[in-house]
Amino acid sequence: MSPSLSVSPVEVKEPEITEVVTPDTPWVVIVWNDPINLMSYVTFVLQKLFGYSRDKATKLMLDVHHKGKAVVSNGTREKAELDVFRLHEHGLWATMQHDE
Amino acid sequence: MSSWAVRRNRKGQYEIRLPDAERALLRSLGPQMRDLLSSDDPVLDRLFPVAYPDDEDRETEYRLLVRDELRSSHEAALTALEESADAERLDEEQLLAWMRAINEVRLVVGTRLDVTEEGDERPTEPGDPRVSAFAVYDYLTWLQGTIVEALSP
Repeated sequence: MSPSLSVSPVEVKEPEITEVVTPDTPWVVIVWNDPINLMSYVTFVLQKLFGYSRDKATKLMLDVHHKGKAVVSNGTREKAELDVFRLHEHGLWATMQHDE
Repeated sequence: MSSWAVRRNRKGQYEIRLPDAERALLRSLGPQMRDLLSSDDPVLDRLFPVAYPDDEDRETEYRLLVRDELRSSHEAALTALEESADAERLDEEQLLAWMRAINEVRLVVGTRLDVTEEGDERPTEPGDPRVSAFAVYDYLTWLQGTIVEALSP
């Protein structure tokens, strides 16, 4: 099962192995606070990767900064993996998990 | 004399005004980081974070799929920085590569220095190897902030 991470999300292939037949539960992508990434940089990356407005990106960045983490995107597992990959490309500390 | 170092011009390109010594430092980052990226130094955990902290099997699978691609992406940014370190003008894509490459180095150096959010005391003993590491870290932090400011809409 290989979401090819260099292509746009719409071209992601269907996984060969799926969890039985349950519909894909939403996944969330979380960015965690770290002492190195600049606040302005985190805001900029969220704007650039997700097309968020400056206000929305700033709010998410402040949640990361003050609360230690923020959910920055959600969707199918494939989309979440792609988002995590792009965040990792930019050095942000991102993880993914099932929406609770 | 104005004091800008990175500035967007009317054509949407970015003018870079940095002294030669700083450009030499930037040029030297690529080779150093490339050696590190092909090692198994634990500091690399910061450049290759865990995607699935709660699911070991999926994490293993994810890592197999993307580790090489993520390393290539990190390397490409460093190569772009190395190749354009002397440029007086960059396009947006090049400056974005500078931004990512510089951040990679900051993550490595900052992790090794164990920097904290509160702002750390800088060592002052002349023989302390952390003196030069902090100097590089602080310089790259300043440059990173300048680049992000120039790129921000």
